[in-house]
Amino acid sequence: MTVTDTPPRARIGRFMAANPLVPLILLLIALLGLLEAMNPGIINRLWLANAIKIAIPLAMLAACQTLTMLTGGIDLSAGTAATIAAYVTATLSPLIGVPAAVAVAVACAALIGLVNGFGVAICRVHPLIMTLGTGLIATGCLLVYQRFVISTGTHIPDFLVWLGTGRTVGLPNGLVLFIPFAVLLIWGQRRTGFGRLLYALGSNENAARLSGVRGWQVYLSLYSLSGIIAGITGLLYLGLVKTPSLSLALPLDLPSVAAAVVGGTSIFGGRGGYAGTIVGALILTVLTTMLTLLHMPEGARRILFGLIILAVTALYIRLTDRT
Amino acid sequence: MTRFLANNGWTLGLAGLLAMLLVATKMIQPEFGVSGLDSLGRASLPFALATLGMAVVVIAGGIDLSFASMMAVCSVTAALLMEGASDGTSALVVLAVLALGAAMGAINGTLIVVTRVPDIVVTLAMLFVWQGTALLILNAPGGAAAPWLRSLIVGGVALPGVSPALTEWLPKSLVFLLACLCAIWLPIRRSKLGLMFYAIGSDASAAFRSGVPVGRTKIAAYAVTGLFAALGGLSVTMSTGIGEPIPGPYLLAAVAAVVLGGVVLGGGRGGLLGPILAVFVLRLVRMDLTLMSVDPNVTTIVEGSIMVVVVMLGGVLATRGRRT
Repeated sequence: MTVTDTPPRARIGRFMAANPLVPLILLLIALLGLLEAMNPGIINRLWLANAIKIAIPLAMLAACQTLTMLTGGIDLSAGTAATIAAYVTATLSPLIGVPAAVAVAVACAALIGLVNGFGVAICRVHPLIMTLGTGLIATGCLLVYQRFVISTGTHIPDFLVWLGTGRTVGLPNGLVLFIPFAVLLIWGQRRTGFGRLLYALGSNENAARLSGVRGWQVYLSLYSLSGIIAGITGLLYLGLVKTPSLSLALPLDLPSVAAAVVGGTSIFGGRGGYAGTIVGALILTVLTTMLTLLHMPEGARRILFGLIILAVTALYIRLTDRT
Repeated sequence: MTRFLANNGWTLGLAGLLAMLLVATKMIQPEFGVSGLDSLGRASLPFALATLGMAVVVIAGGIDLSFASMMAVCSVTAALLMEGASDGTSALVVLAVLALGAAMGAINGTLIVVTRVPDIVVTLAMLFVWQGTALLILNAPGGAAAPWLRSLIVGGVALPGVSPALTEWLPKSLVFLLACLCAIWLPIRRSKLGLMFYAIGSDASAAFRSGVPVGRTKIAAYAVTGLFAALGGLSVTMSTGIGEPIPGPYLLAAVAAVVLGGVVLGGGRGGLLGPILAVFVLRLVRMDLTLMSVDPNVTTIVEGSIMVVVVMLGGVLATRGRRT
């Protein structure tokens, strides 16, 4: 076997398939170069720190999508869970103190995840439907809850503001939370039994079941974990935006799916990983900045955003398709 | 007979549920009658058309997340072109909008077939594209609807030569819906194309080996969905009188009604009658709760819970059925 008789495109394809991160990082660098060419001098330390600060909540919410997509699922209630956690923290802090409020908030998000897990694991409902449904119910609950606390006023805990907007030596403080989180996930998805079970169930559920995997236990813990991650993201986002609202993290919902997809996680399960998702979230953040700089009408910006996601995914699938 | 019952058990159950809800409505609100039916029909029309469109594409094994945005594009195009137009021109506009819808659906389908990216990702990206298009066409709600279109769905049916007492209880909007269904879905269902939709939905590679042109059939299915999106967008413009560039809550409701109506996500099984009944069940529940003067936010919770509990029950029953 010689290297020379394979056509170059196939060779590139094979290399890309073996190292899916490489094309993504190349794309990110190309986009940064384009941005610099469009607006010379924009890329400096301040801008980079700002871009990372904005990308962190998106990347964390996309973790929910990555993990559930590995098993062939999706979590469309993540944005709602994040919003609820943020709103509950902000409104309960003046009433019962910060630690208790945070605990209640994360518990609410975990409850949403647990209900998702129950539906997907025990009742075998399609995750898309189940998470859409719980998202709808949770939004209704939030609207009802809001009427009881409308007079209490809001308080945003100081450490969340520090985490969300503060900077230490030029780097956003959010990284204090995000780096251990990302390391834990990337380590967990490949090196722990739970992580491998996700890939196993996503590749072939029947084979996994016949090898003795209790699928329902995995799904139940997976969706609860996804809910908890969404809740923590909501807390971080609250510190970043600093005004609680009833639709705080909802605009992040679909972009979080896009970040995971652009990052190379297969929506049918079994392929991908969190490292790609992080790069995907950065790519989306840079894209948004670029489109804002272009001074286009809002409509044209959305069209470009959609087309770019489609083009990136199509190109990626072309390059890494092994068949 | 028992086979008929087994095959249509889900649809019959939904019909029973709908009948029970109608009786319950009559008990809650003794005056519920002709005008109540009329407003129910008109409020359900965009939802019903959205559900029909979604059901077609789900049967063919796909899903269209860009549906509500396509409706918005059709709605604003119709409203913009119809403003101040004569009756003849507005009829042409209706035809043009229908063609536009089918073309948008065909674009979605072609992109899926050509790029080989999963349906859900392509239509997610197209959701942004169509949303942007709608905003470019019309930046804020505006435009107008031709009066004859409006009269098409408001009020009861009046047939010449038949005493109005016999027909006026039947809302025109319901007749409009059934006409759309009969004109579009029945010919397809009876033809080879309909069979091919079911074939690629249940097993694409088996269908391919039996000689079904999978790619072209998929594009056709998306085009039919786009046609329903155009009808849905038109019905929004018809009932509100303006074009609305921000998509309504139709995507979620359509997916919910499709599943509640017994169409299996993943394709190949289910019909269009079940989803229509499901739309009316969901709308009627909402109306009953409003009549009982329940907080509208609680109504959202109840609606979501019904949807989730029903699909959960369906899932449990399906697992049981497979075991025995």
